[in-house]
Amino acid sequence: MTVTDVPWWAVVPAALLLVTGGLLTLTGSLGLLRLPDFYARMHGPAMGTTLGTGCVLLASMLVSSALAGRPLLHELLITLFIVLTSPMTAMLLVRAAVYRDRA
Amino acid sequence: MNALLDGSIWFAQLCFVLAMACAAYRLVRGPKAQDRVLALDTFYINGMLTLLTLGIRSTTTVYFDMALLIALFGFVASIALAKFLLRGEVIEP
Repeated sequence: MTVTDVPWWAVVPAALLLVTGGLLTLTGSLGLLRLPDFYARMHGPAMGTTLGTGCVLLASMLVSSALAGRPLLHELLITLFIVLTSPMTAMLLVRAAVYRDRA
Repeated sequence: MNALLDGSIWFAQLCFVLAMACAAYRLVRGPKAQDRVLALDTFYINGMLTLLTLGIRSTTTVYFDMALLIALFGFVASIALAKFLLRGEVIEP
């Protein structure tokens, strides 16, 4: 089984989702590169973390389900994990930054 | 039709590599320590996405497990570094 066996009704949305996710992640990381200070830079990568990951995982789920012929929902695990953990990281990091800037 | 999927996977991988380059620049040149931690977190997420696109291309589940592990390690690393910046200690007695 290779990519050539994927039916067209899965290919078109998967391709759209992949392109969207790639562009969103690139935009977020460009924000990390270009924005002026740390508190502004916090906002950029969150776009790649939520929307980019969501788009790519949805595309992966679509392609693997179309290849297997039945719904495969493994990728929801990664989505759930990222959605649960990325706010915790951001909150702790901003708290550390506020503490360090005040001290 | 598979050329469309191939091209979009290629495009997404190019985007992720450029994003990783941005994060690596911020990791090396970040003016403060918290910038570097944020860049490391972004780098981990981008690497995980690159592995997922590789998995879509090769249609095996090995890349999925690796992506899950990388997400886990990235979370632990970011939390530990942020905790270190906050308190000066990772595991408090």
